[in-house]
Amino acid sequence: MNPPETQLADLAAAHLTRRRMLAILGGLAALTALSAIAATAFGSVHISLARALTDPASPDHVIFFAARLPRVMMGIAVGAVLASVGAALQALVRNPLAEGGILGISGGGALGAIIALVFLARFGAGETLVPIFAFAAALLSTVAVYRIAEVDGQLEPFTLLLVGVIFNAFWGAAIMLVNSVVDFYYAHTILFWLMGSLEAPTWREVATVSVLGAAGFGVLMYRARDLNLLSLGDEAAAELGVEVNALRRTVFIATSVMIGAAVSVSGIISFVGLIVPHMLRLAFGSDHRLLLPASLLGGAAFMVIADLAARVVISPAEIPVGAITALCGGPFFIYMLRRQERRPLSL
Amino acid sequence: MNPVAAQAPAVRAAGIRAGYTADDVLRGVSFSVDPGQIFAIVGPNGSGKSTILRVLSGTMRPRAGAVEICGRALNTYDRRALAKVIAVVAQENIVAFRFTVLEIVLMGRAPHLGAFRFESPADLEIARDALERFDLLEFAHRHVEELSGGERKRVFLARALAQQPRVVMLDEPTAFLDLRHVAGIFARFRELAAERGLAVVATLHDLNAAAAYADRVMLLKEGAAVATGTPLEVLTEDNLSRVYETEVYVGRNPNTGALAILPSGRSQGRV
Repeated sequence: MNPPETQLADLAAAHLTRRRMLAILGGLAALTALSAIAATAFGSVHISLARALTDPASPDHVIFFAARLPRVMMGIAVGAVLASVGAALQALVRNPLAEGGILGISGGGALGAIIALVFLARFGAGETLVPIFAFAAALLSTVAVYRIAEVDGQLEPFTLLLVGVIFNAFWGAAIMLVNSVVDFYYAHTILFWLMGSLEAPTWREVATVSVLGAAGFGVLMYRARDLNLLSLGDEAAAELGVEVNALRRTVFIATSVMIGAAVSVSGIISFVGLIVPHMLRLAFGSDHRLLLPASLLGGAAFMVIADLAARVVISPAEIPVGAITALCGGPFFIYMLRRQERRPLSL
Repeated sequence: MNPVAAQAPAVRAAGIRAGYTADDVLRGVSFSVDPGQIFAIVGPNGSGKSTILRVLSGTMRPRAGAVEICGRALNTYDRRALAKVIAVVAQENIVAFRFTVLEIVLMGRAPHLGAFRFESPADLEIARDALERFDLLEFAHRHVEELSGGERKRVFLARALAQQPRVVMLDEPTAFLDLRHVAGIFARFRELAAERGLAVVATLHDLNAAAAYADRVMLLKEGAAVATGTPLEVLTEDNLSRVYETEVYVGRNPNTGALAILPSGRSQGRV
């Protein structure tokens, strides 16, 4: 028989160690950095990175710092937020198909943002109120979707998805209603929210989503181990020391802050929170201490690449990046749903 | 004298009343379990067996009565403190995502760890010991969903052990298991009871398992204890016929002398 030390070494490969976590996150950070460099270097206009960085008078410099860099930073922030929120919501509802866009939470947030912009902007406070209204509406949607899908304290997986579909349709209709009563000036903005786009961000917007996203993410990380325990069911998690109701409230609020921030700057971008955590879970396992930060980095890389595609595929025209993610995400969702049928959601 | 027997009871319940609707499922149940003891709760369907476990694990608040765990009132524990003292293994266990066997067992360390802490070598050794006791070392890398029902059950028993509790509560631990595994599981808990003074509270459908493995048995009918004591005192033809409303034969295994309980086949009317 092996001495215990050898056995302990053997066991190290069967769970998440700090070393493995740092190696994976390092790799993903490098991937994100490479994507960001690629996305700043390429676009509908060819620029020289060397000239952009060395010659402040060149048009390359202007394109790099005024157009590409804020846009790539925005892609990083929004992608990071959406993917990590997806992972957290999936843990909360114990359903890998859950995601802010699919559950109608982003739609609710977008309606809140639009209401703040269209009806409150004339009082001069619109820009500050947009993320706050988006957060409040996202939180309202989250709690409503959760409570409606809950039957006898159990979340029926397919009921949850159906409720999300209904919420999406409902918020979409409400947004169209607002759209039909406002000035033409707002109509384009509203369309932009419905499609989801990273077009022409301001540094202020980048800062808003980064700060709020980082705050929400910090809270999620603090509860990462508790999210693991939630995989065993609410009762088992409670028996392992988790205050489940408090955890649920915390995740509701943190994810709503994050989705509200993302939606208020980029509109409804769906499926990022579905695709990215799913791939990472397949590759690296389900421990949320790794899955959350991995989704943060993976989501950033994914979004930057998707937005690069949005800019260059039919250049000089642009596709909204929300359309790109939905074109990838739709078939991906169907594929996951089909796999799910063969393998029950829980054991 | 056994040194642990002098300590406070691992579990003491006095006059518990509890229920899901206006009616009480438990109508004044009292018992106590000493450290190192295996305590079985038996009785027909709906007699309140599982409800007792829900009350003891803090999942369900009793309407009346007092519960003490290791000499301290149950309602003075917070969730985390309770999870360090009591481990519960449900009848059915879900795992919503792909986790390895070792990851599930290490979840038992959660109540002992801070939010950002990784498991230490000591935690890993505790998990290794739990895996070894339930013959799971070779499965440590496997995903739980790939295992058979019996193997999966043992994973959750090992997780409970990794919590290093003073009391383990098992809800129908013999369900889905074949005889060899039932014997193996109780042998492990018998060792742990002797080594660490672990108290085991198990609800059991299987009267023969209660007779073979429990130190003490409580027989429940309609939320009240009909008898509490050693298997020999409690599992009598008289008591069982009355509680199960069917004639029951209680004999002895000629080889081991253990109680052998069989329905005699004659019902007292109800199906």
